Amino acid sequence: MKPTAFEYFTPSTVQEALQLLESQGDEAKIIAGGQSLVAMMNFRAARPEALIDINNIKDLDYIREEEDELVIGALTRERTLEVSPLVKEKCPILAKAITHIGHLPIRFRGTIGGTLVHADPTAEIPITSVALDAKMKIAGPSGERVLNAGEFFLTYLTSAIEENELLVEVRIPTLPPKTTAWSYVDISRRFGDFAIVAVASVLSLDNDGVCKEARIAMGGVAPTPVRAKEAEALLAGQKITDSIIEEAAIKAAESDDVDPDSDYHATAEYRKAMTKVLTQRGLKEAWTNFEGSK
Amino acid sequence: MADKRQVKVKVNGVEYEGYAEPRKLLSDFLRDDLELLGTHVGCEHGICGACTILFNGEPIRSCLMFAVQATGAEIMTVEGIAENGKLHPIQEAFNEHHALQCGFCTPGMLITVYHFLKENPNPTEEEAREAVSGVLCRCTGYTQIVEAVMAAAEKMRIAA
Ligand SMILES: Cc1cc2nc3c(=O)[nH]c(=O)nc-3n(C[C@H](O)[C@H](O)[C@H](O)COP(=O)(O)OP(=O)(O)OC[C@H]3O[C@@H](n4cnc5c(N)ncnc54)[C@H](O)[C@@H]3O)c2cc1C
Ligand code: FES
Ligand code: FES
Repeated sequence: MKPTAFEYFTPSTVQEALQLLESQGDEAKIIAGGQSLVAMMNFRAARPEALIDINNIKDLDYIREEEDELVIGALTRERTLEVSPLVKEKCPILAKAITHIGHLPIRFRGTIGGTLVHADPTAEIPITSVALDAKMKIAGPSGERVLNAGEFFLTYLTSAIEENELLVEVRIPTLPPKTTAWSYVDISRRFGDFAIVAVASVLSLDNDGVCKEARIAMGGVAPTPVRAKEAEALLAGQKITDSIIEEAAIKAAESDDVDPDSDYHATAEYRKAMTKVLTQRGLKEAWTNFEGSK
Repeated sequence: MADKRQVKVKVNGVEYEGYAEPRKLLSDFLRDDLELLGTHVGCEHGICGACTILFNGEPIRSCLMFAVQATGAEIMTVEGIAENGKLHPIQEAFNEHHALQCGFCTPGMLITVYHFLKENPNPTEEEAREAVSGVLCRCTGYTQIVEAVMAAAEKMRIAA
């Protein structure tokens, strides 16, 4: 099918984009990479009356380091992040997770802002941002506000962005390489497909290999990415061993927040079982890679 | 109906100017307005890869972009791969290794492989397999496509 007709605007500043969102009203939509939106428009699952194209807002396309944070403009392409030396050094889990997104042509257009606002609970960047405690900077008619990744995703395909707001920046605490173990693991039907279940793990360790803090985000198990709080609590203060990894994985899968639906990709039972398998696999991989890098 | 906008693009080295409603997909603009029928359209939601083109040197799905967004861009479609009527080594290799049957996926395959071998002139078979996995082929089973990619890489290394 073909998209329905729409008015088309190309603001070159955030201010202009916000004014257009106000003047065009509820039926207007931002277009960034278009990799989710245009597909939905082609199916007429989305029928915006106006498109506000932010691809000309060059000020929204950047990757910088500021103190202990990686600061990323909302229009930065997934591919740019994947190959960025700064991202690989300061936040390698993000670069790795992105390699799991679709296929190369999707990543050349898709943006970090687009995938966050699209809020698919199995999407790599949303899951990783929850594990990393990323902060989202949002511009609106009355100024800016900042939300934590944990508050940003409301439910399936719904973020906290209001219709008159623009996601402008993502801030991610950098990971100190010498004391961080991490991994991103998932299961999908075919290479390049959206994940059925995915787990992003970040362990902050001290010099003796004791886990100071664990952050584990799971996707595909609830309407938004969720943290494995019980597993995180179990790991904190412990030395990482195979048996504690297994215990943590069981706790992750038993969490009340793990409440998957069945769909044509997988049943709820399967997703729950895979939550344990992937948490265990992910923690093991994180620990093994960390030990190997010493 | 929204007003038509001017679209100016350079495709395979040739400047084109046309007019399109904002909702016109770049894939349809290439086919219907510029009459470049090499770019195929299979799914219109980014999955099949038949519509893959190079947009300022980067492979993208032309079905997930509007023509109006392409103004000022340099585009390469499958028609631009052969030079002076002579098949490109990738095309020769596809021919020699029977890497196509119905040919529907072939334009997307060729563009994908063209970009891939530019980035990675000496790939492993595994990397070649991963590169072409973003284009769906329902005929060949991919074995010959991967063989063709490896053969093309060798031809291009010798020629370079
Ligand atoms: C074949 C295919 C396979 C894919 N596979 C995967 C996959 O495996 N994993 C994965 O994570 N993703 C996958 N994607 C989706 C891809 O990552 C998209 O790029 C992404 O979800 C949306 O980003 P975008 O920049 O293209 O956003 P768009 O499609 O342009 O926009 C998406 C939504 O976000 C809104 N929006 C965009 N930017 C902003 C902003 N700055 N402020 C406010 N609102 C905004 C838009 O209005 C729209 O509602 C796939 C897509 C395709 C077509
Ligand atoms: S037609 Fe564009 S990807 Fe299938
Ligand atoms: S040759 Fe028929 S789809 Fe590939």
